[in-house]
Parts: sequence; structure tokens; C-alpha cells
Amino acid sequence: MLPSAVRPDCAVAVASGVHWIGALDPDLRSFDIILRTANGTSYNAYAVRGSAGVAIIDTVKASYAESFFRRLESVAGYDEITTIVLNHLEPDHSGALPELLRRAPAATLYVSHQARPMLKGLFDPAEFEHRIVAVGTGDTADLGDRQLEFINTPYLHWPDTQCTWLAATGTLFSGDFLGCHYCDPRLFNDAVGDFRFSFEYYYAHIMRPFRAHVREALDLIEPLPLRTIAPGHGPILRDDPRDYVRRYRALSAPSLHGADSKTLLVFYISAYGATRRMAEAVAAGAEQVGDVRVSLYDIEGSEPQPFVDLIEEADALLFGSPTINGDAVKPVWDLLSSLTMVDVKGKLGAAFGSYGWSGEAVPMIEDRLRRLKLRVPVAGVKARLEPTGDEFAACRELGRQTALHLLGRAEHRVVDMASLT
Amino acid sequence: MPKATVTFEDIGVTVTVPAGTRLIEISEKVGAGITYGCREGECCTCLTRIVSGHEHLAAPSILEDQVLKDNLAPRHHRLACQAQVLGGNIVVKPA
Repeated sequence: MLPSAVRPDCAVAVASGVHWIGALDPDLRSFDIILRTANGTSYNAYAVRGSAGVAIIDTVKASYAESFFRRLESVAGYDEITTIVLNHLEPDHSGALPELLRRAPAATLYVSHQARPMLKGLFDPAEFEHRIVAVGTGDTADLGDRQLEFINTPYLHWPDTQCTWLAATGTLFSGDFLGCHYCDPRLFNDAVGDFRFSFEYYYAHIMRPFRAHVREALDLIEPLPLRTIAPGHGPILRDDPRDYVRRYRALSAPSLHGADSKTLLVFYISAYGATRRMAEAVAAGAEQVGDVRVSLYDIEGSEPQPFVDLIEEADALLFGSPTINGDAVKPVWDLLSSLTMVDVKGKLGAAFGSYGWSGEAVPMIEDRLRRLKLRVPVAGVKARLEPTGDEFAACRELGRQTALHLLGRAEHRVVDMASLT
Repeated sequence: MPKATVTFEDIGVTVTVPAGTRLIEISEKVGAGITYGCREGECCTCLTRIVSGHEHLAAPSILEDQVLKDNLAPRHHRLACQAQVLGGNIVVKPA
């Protein structure tokens, strides 16, 4: 049996006046449906004692509430709690919040401005209305001889997320940011097993779609004299915490260096070659514009993941699919359903494809691209069976217009709403 | 029926629309970068910057006002799923 820093019903000292009061969930094997958790997870919560009161930072999943309360009671009485901070409202952190608010009637709850309206999804805010304070960067909660400072770090990975900084001990309570699903009773990063894969996996699945926000948060966190990072899940990072911050900086940086030009990717899949020839025409049209790096890929030639990596760095994405049984084909949907792993908001998108009967694939792909928050300013092209000369010309024009949009050189259009389908 | 124009700066398109149309309906049809989530004025996904002509939009409801406030929306920003065009010329871009 592994040695343990965690004993039943006891808090664990993290820094002077700071204790871990969370819960371990070693048997969990999948989290939020989408994440595999080979080592389970922990729900980290903390108690911070100041001369004028105690702060509780985050809670645990509801089913672990009793163990959380027992640990809390080992270091503080409920009447001492003046401050409750929720860095993130997801149920694995807020599960014990309503009960904590009842048990600690003198406590004020501090959440981000974005979290404030979300609270009504957790409990009837009327019950605690007068005890809730919305905070942003620079706001503080006073514990007497020490202060908690709030740092607004939205979209890591919900709109409500924030970090809390305790300068007195150099401790950053980072919520999900810099955390991972890795349960180990040794608790601290210099004592637990090798959790690097969990750290990277967590970044890839939780933080990567928000990497622009990751970079903004790092800008705020990097200047801090960090001694300990106390995340909402996984090991507490007390040994070289800055190493993890550096790793996030590297992971969130654009991976293509030296590419000054805009990039336009044409993906296609083709049963008899017609959609492939359309794709070649689209690419040729984009190439005519110049100043755009144009690439052509057969979706059949790869698993989705390498394409997802390419797409993350690209500026425009065009998808060609035949229509089979009234739908775009499965490899196209496999790729399009993988794009929630990266940030594609605001990129340019378009669709094209050959069909035999009704040609639904093109509008279906356009709809999906819009739902992924891409801009789709140029209407797609579809061709029945083998494209005609005019249809190939339309494909070249689709590529050319998309490239022009990418460069901000598209002609301003004036259209009537009634003419739009 | 009174007409208005809405220009989407991000894609360089001006659309002539009947009064009463909501911004999101136009954005969807023209393929601009204003996207939506709940479409019911709650999630703030469709937050839109009104570059000019904000006075040509119907005033925000109490609900929209509250959501804009909760999300710290800057001045002259609206929810595209709620904002109705009244007339005149309006220029917008994604927030």
C-alpha cells in the first residue's frame, strides 16, 4: 500500500495556515463522460486561516460532502468561517456549497461576475442572496492579517472560472487550471507517482479548446511569486510550480512558427473522383489569389487527430463530401465532430460536393460549420454526378472568394434578406 | 414594410432586411461570425458589437439588460438573438 499524506477525517497542511480539506475518488474511470481517468481523481478544497476568520476555497462533489465536512471540522469551526470562495461552479466543486452556506451562516460567498447568474442553477439564490459578492481581478477578501486576491480567468474551461491568490504564502488556488485527474494519497507533486500523462491529457481535453484564454490567464499568473499551486484536481504543485506554468505556456503557443501567410485547408472525400476534382478546382481557385498557403487533403488518408492539429493552426477550412443516403459521409462527420477539441471560432468555412439525387451534404456541412462558430460567407457548390465546366468554375470561385475573405480583400456585397436561403 | 440595412463588418456584407428582424436571423443566413447558443437571451454567446446605428435597434428588455450586465458587456453591445432591427443603417461585428 502506498504511503499516504491523507488520513481519514483529517486536513493536510499545505502551507502556513493553509490546509487541504478535499476528497479522493480513486475508483472513478470516466469524468464528465468525455475523459478517461485511469487513476481516478481528487476533488481539492482548501481552508485558509487568517487572524480575522477562515476562508474555504472550493468544495467537493456532493457524494463526498460528508468527508469534506469532517476534514473541515478538523481545522475550523463553522462559526469561524467568514469567507467561501468558489473558483468554478461545476458540480464536482460546488456539490457541498449549499450545505456549507447553511452550516456557516456568517460566511460571504465570493464568485466571479460570470458565475453570479449561474448560481441559480445550483440552488435558490434567494436563500443566500445577501451573502453573495461577485468579484473580478484586483478585488480582495480580507482575513485580517492576510488577504485573498481574485484573478478573473474566464473560459478555463467555463465562463465562470477564476483563480484566487494568497500572497502571504505564495499560494495560487487555480481551480481546474493547471489541474489534472490523478488521485494519489501522497497528494504533493514531489511525492506522488508520475502524473505527467494525466497533466497533458487534462490540458488536451479541457484547456486546449480555450488556448487563447489560457495565454491570457498565464499573462496574469506568470508575474506572481509562486511557491505553491493548489489546483481543484490532482497533485498540489509545491515543487517547482513554475515548471507547470511553463508547460502550459508551451502547450498553448501556436505550433506553426515562421508561417506568415494565411493558411487555407481543403479536405475532401470522394467515391468516384468527382468531389476530388471539385476539391482540386477549389484549391486552384484559392491558389490564384496568392499570399495564401493552400493545402489539399483526402480525409480517407488519415485518422481525424492529425487533421485536428492542422485545423487548429489554419485560417480557412473547406470540406468536400459526396451525399450518400441524404447525408455527408461518416469520415467527414468524424472529423467535424472532433473539432470541439480545438478553437475554431471565427475561422472561415465552406462546403462543396458531388451528389446523385438530392445533395444534402453541402448545406448540412455548412450548418455544422456555423454551429462550430465559423464564418461561412461564401455559399457552397454542389454538382450532380460529374461536374460541368460551369460547376468547376464555381468551385474555383469558391476557393478564390474564400481566399479573398481571408486576406480581407473580398468585395463588399449588398444583398436582400429575401434572396438568402 | 419599413426596411433597414445591417452591415456585417467581419465578412463585408450589407443586408437589406424588413423591420422587426432579429440580428441573429440575418447573421445566420449570411454566414457572419455572430453565433448563438441558447437563442433565448441567457447564455450571451451571441454578444455583438454595434459599431454604429445602435439607436436603430429596439431597446433591450429587462432580461437582456441583466444578461449584458452580468457578463460585463461593454457599451453598445447587444445580444444578437434579442436585438430587433427597427430601421436605418446598422453596422455590427462579433464581440
